[in-house]
Amino acid sequence: MLNYILRRLIFMVPLLIGITIICFAVIHLAPGSPTDLQTQMNPRASAEVKERLRALYELDKPLHEQYLSWLKKIVVLDLGNSFSPDGRPVADKILERIPITITINALSLGLIIAVALPVGVASAVRRNSLFDKITTVLVFVGFAMPTFWLALLLMILFGIHLGWLPISGIRSLNYEYLPPFSAFADLVKHLILPVFLSAFGGIAGFSRYIRSNMLEVIRQDYITTARAKGLSERTVIYKHALRNALLPVITILGLSVPGLIGGSVIFETIFAIPGMGQLFYMSVMSRDYPVIMGILVIGAVLTLVANLLADVCYALADPRIRVQ
Amino acid sequence: MDFWTRFKKNKLALGGSFIVVLFFVVSIFAPLLSPHDPGEINLQNVLAPPSADNPLGTDELGRDVLSRMVWGSRISLKVGFASTGIAILIGIVLGAVAGYYGGWVDSFIMRAVDIMLCFPTFFLILAVIAFLEPSIWNIMAIIGLTGWMGITRLVRADFISLKEREFVQAARAIGAGDMRIIFIHILPNAMASILVAATFGIAGAILTESALSFLGIGVQPPTPSWGNILTAGKDNIDIAWWLSFFPGLAILLTVLGYNLLGEGIRDSLDPRLRG
Repeated sequence: MLNYILRRLIFMVPLLIGITIICFAVIHLAPGSPTDLQTQMNPRASAEVKERLRALYELDKPLHEQYLSWLKKIVVLDLGNSFSPDGRPVADKILERIPITITINALSLGLIIAVALPVGVASAVRRNSLFDKITTVLVFVGFAMPTFWLALLLMILFGIHLGWLPISGIRSLNYEYLPPFSAFADLVKHLILPVFLSAFGGIAGFSRYIRSNMLEVIRQDYITTARAKGLSERTVIYKHALRNALLPVITILGLSVPGLIGGSVIFETIFAIPGMGQLFYMSVMSRDYPVIMGILVIGAVLTLVANLLADVCYALADPRIRVQ
Repeated sequence: MDFWTRFKKNKLALGGSFIVVLFFVVSIFAPLLSPHDPGEINLQNVLAPPSADNPLGTDELGRDVLSRMVWGSRISLKVGFASTGIAILIGIVLGAVAGYYGGWVDSFIMRAVDIMLCFPTFFLILAVIAFLEPSIWNIMAIIGLTGWMGITRLVRADFISLKEREFVQAARAIGAGDMRIIFIHILPNAMASILVAATFGIAGAILTESALSFLGIGVQPPTPSWGNILTAGKDNIDIAWWLSFFPGLAILLTVLGYNLLGEGIRDSLDPRLRG
């Protein structure tokens, strides 16, 4: 097993290098310079000042030198300083925002599994029943749903018409004065809509996926054997079939991480949640190169780690994988 | 049973085709179908609810929402088709080369696919779009350039299994070159799965474009797109529900249409694949 993990880790190295090269190339080959943004509006900024700014940010050196010096720093998590007026270290800016983004994504992954698993199994077991047909239609709608639109609709319904849920931020204004329990309840209320919405697309995808996996497994000979030897339908489905149907789901969960992280840009912007996605959106708007590169790299590395975890879990769950 | 017989029996696929054709007709005949000029500003009639003159209400500048949506359908279709076209071209070339030649070329291309798949695609798109001018051309290019990985894998897998078949050996025996074998002999056999992937790809590209425009880094006003009408909807969320409701519904229906069509084509091509 250790051997397997080691091999996976070595496999990650070229991917990591590729990721950093792409981030670097994408952002540096694009036209427009961050110094333009700081100097264009300022008539007093002379050509000399622009040059000094370029030298300060090392933009005057050749690309490969810029890349190497950036890479050397990134290994020790020194992502440089933000171009924004506060000029804070990028690593600090990102790290303070990661917990809320990961919390929301972890909660929505949990919600996805909690809903999609029973729904997928039930519609596979009762194939072509009314329940199966209704969920199939819902799944198609879920696939096609622009979730930012659903967010607006739910904001109108629960936030404005019914007034049940807050539609912005993660805390109320009077948060500091609330007793601990109400403070927690306040946080939960703020998180309900974002978590539900970021889980929405995943629920549709997963329940469909689990359904087709179950259908595939139920057809296998060992299921017929289990039935033939007189096991109850319950044991057959939940013990023999479900376990095997769940195996590929582990990989899919790992693969869904980049989608969830990417989606956080939309939800955090809509709901004004101070997470990584919102920081990314603001940095993109102000061409804050170091922050954009930092988040791109961290987002990709988080994905790599999630895939590694998924592979390890798969190997733990399915001994056949380890032998290869 | 052949493809068409099965396709015609598939109710969901027919529904999907109907939606797809409907939106095509709307965007082709946009000048005839829109009741007002989509750019006509009327400050006397700002944020008016749906009425006989403005069936879907007006926006924050008094422009007719229905007319803007009719014209916006052109944007969605253009972006959907162009970006999927780019993704498919890249996917076919890379997938064919990787699958046909194998060896280090294959490993190199597949590592590139792995690397691209590590990125939260939306992050990558946002970053690039923000550095370029957010024009419709750049959006098409970027969505295409970040969406070729799935098709590459698909084409590669098809090529790996097809290149060992007798008809390929026969073609080689009569002296056909690699290019001829790849594009004339193998590729047509892989077209079915590419077509299905393309249909889903269009749906995805339409969703991505609308999300980008919604965030204000896609199609820029005053050009109407479903996404940027929704931005105005968000800004006026407490007073003008129609600004949020109708454009989103149009996105939902269009994407649903392409997904159902893709699903229908797949089931009709090969009923064994049915989910």
